[in-house]
Amino acid sequence: MSKKKIATVWLDGCSGCHMSFLDMDERLLALAGAADLVYSPLVDAKEFPPDVDVTLVEGAVSSEEDLRKINMIRERTKILVSLGDCAVTANVPGMRNPFGTKAVYDRAYRENVTFDPGVPDQVVPALLPTSRPVHEFVKVDIYIPGCPPSADNIYYAVTELLEGRTPDLTLKTRFGS
Amino acid sequence: MKQGNTIVIDPVTRIEGHSKITLHLNEDGRVEDARFHVTQFRGFEKLCEGRPFYEMPSLMARICGICPVSHLIASAKACDSLLAVKIPPTADKLRRIFGLAQVTQSHALSLFYLSSPDLLLGMDADPAKTNIFGVAEKNPALALDGIKLRQFGQKIIERLGGKRIHPAWIVPGGVSAPLTEVDRDAILEGIPDALAIAERTLEWFKGTMERFREEISTFGNFPTMFMGIVKEDNGLTFYDGKLRMVDASGKVVAERLDPTNYSDYIGEKVEPWSYLKSTYYKPKGFPEGVYRVGPLARLNVADRCGTPRADQELAEFHELQRTAVLSSFHYHHARLIEILYCIERLEQLLNDPEILSKHVRAIAHPNALEGVGACEAPRGTLFHHYKIDEQGLIRWVNLVIATGHNNLAMNRSVLQVAKHFVQGKRLTPGMLNRVEAVIRCYDPCLSCSTHALGQMDLQIQLISPQGEVLDEVIRK
Ligand code: SF4
Repeated sequence: MSKKKIATVWLDGCSGCHMSFLDMDERLLALAGAADLVYSPLVDAKEFPPDVDVTLVEGAVSSEEDLRKINMIRERTKILVSLGDCAVTANVPGMRNPFGTKAVYDRAYRENVTFDPGVPDQVVPALLPTSRPVHEFVKVDIYIPGCPPSADNIYYAVTELLEGRTPDLTLKTRFGS
Repeated sequence: MKQGNTIVIDPVTRIEGHSKITLHLNEDGRVEDARFHVTQFRGFEKLCEGRPFYEMPSLMARICGICPVSHLIASAKACDSLLAVKIPPTADKLRRIFGLAQVTQSHALSLFYLSSPDLLLGMDADPAKTNIFGVAEKNPALALDGIKLRQFGQKIIERLGGKRIHPAWIVPGGVSAPLTEVDRDAILEGIPDALAIAERTLEWFKGTMERFREEISTFGNFPTMFMGIVKEDNGLTFYDGKLRMVDASGKVVAERLDPTNYSDYIGEKVEPWSYLKSTYYKPKGFPEGVYRVGPLARLNVADRCGTPRADQELAEFHELQRTAVLSSFHYHHARLIEILYCIERLEQLLNDPEILSKHVRAIAHPNALEGVGACEAPRGTLFHHYKIDEQGLIRWVNLVIATGHNNLAMNRSVLQVAKHFVQGKRLTPGMLNRVEAVIRCYDPCLSCSTHALGQMDLQIQLISPQGEVLDEVIRK
């Protein structure tokens, strides 16, 4: 049997969910024995492969780039996991929503600046009007709430999924835990 | 980006954040200009407006999952000045312990998980192997050391704060709970192993330097100033002190600068092609006011570390160059010396008899409407600046974050490396990996610096001045 493929993706998050993934410590190496990490900020892969078994998504969908990516990832993934509160509810990135993008841009690039104020608009992707949770754009199969979810819960969920079972996280984690 | 004669490296991998690099070629296909673009933005300076100030440390920690403790510290220090209190001495020491644990784990992440593939397997290695799992295959002991050292730091944070990432333990006025004897002893027990890892990794690193002569001489090897916070005696610190600036010759340009007045001497400039602002030293203007921060800068500005082993290593470090140590490749070296310092310093603080005191929090209402907090994050100097109203609600925030200080230098480094290695009309992955590797030296944290994070694909095209695709490299 060929090894399963897992991927991890950063959208608009703080990387804390990825750090919690790394907090599996030695279990990371065990996991690497059971599955290949085919795409992740931690590896030098270019293309998101066409047939990933499990993808963990950190962060909300906040920019045009995030939106493009999440659609592409959904198409290429069997089981899509919303990892952490930002992916599940938009959490912290969603706090910008009541202000609107203009006010958010202006504070950072016009007001709190000493030289050459102006909103960057070359090369960089524009923000979407609001920052939203992943499931508002694509179907999500499994939710792991927590800010971040603990390494134990990530390990439990991933190993269950790799074994073909559906992890039950109801009593293990909650929002903000 | 298909703009005439441009090479695009997209994304830069094994760094913490969303970015890409563009290299601009002249008629002969040689690199003329280079830019490091940071491509995501979150807006923390605005989104906290209207929140009660006491939520700020926990909220601001969510800027970054790698160095949340530095944000907790800078934020809580800004809040301490809103309260206008002096925090209890034990709280001060406990915050330092928390900070040192974090620097250890963050530096371990940078060195082992992100850069060791380049150092162990070489800059030209197969991109399918250049990751921590490839390191584990080639040198299992090294990978395991990395995992254990990061774990050592994370476990201290968990013991004190209840969880490894985003603990809410540091609060305005101090910390929320004292250290127990059991936890102190457990942390102390882990110190000999952690020290041994730091020592052997440093030895290993020094042994590999010989193989990277060409990189050392071209990886951001140019004169700039360096900035960092130092203690009263001009020694290394991460928690508190005054700013010191030295020039490329190592001469002090400015010292005892009060972090509270940062805006008097640090300016921020916007480039239309990046979400990351560039800071500069105002008295010298832009771009002459370029400086670097982080491990290399801290070891260039500090007179001493203040712990025995780190001081020996610092002396050896200074022998690398008679002036300030200029090559950004030596960020790795400096990072390892700092790890050694952190572990030694942790031991000193934990053995302080006062450390178990139960008096760890000063309670007060806000007594000032404006506060600044600064500290040295793993990647460099961090400033949080808040204004509140009479009810204690946040009205205005400015954040100046480590990676922003290095933005100008990172852009120049990319140019230097690209000019040296990316030549002719034939691209190799190794050439371009070096362009990325110089960025890894700075260990930029782009989630912090633009308060955002992400990841994109890597595809490099070499395009002639006529817009014709001459060559293409795809990272598999
Ligand atoms: S859920 Fe929490 S830890 Fe995860 S990305 Fe969001 S803020 Fe960071």
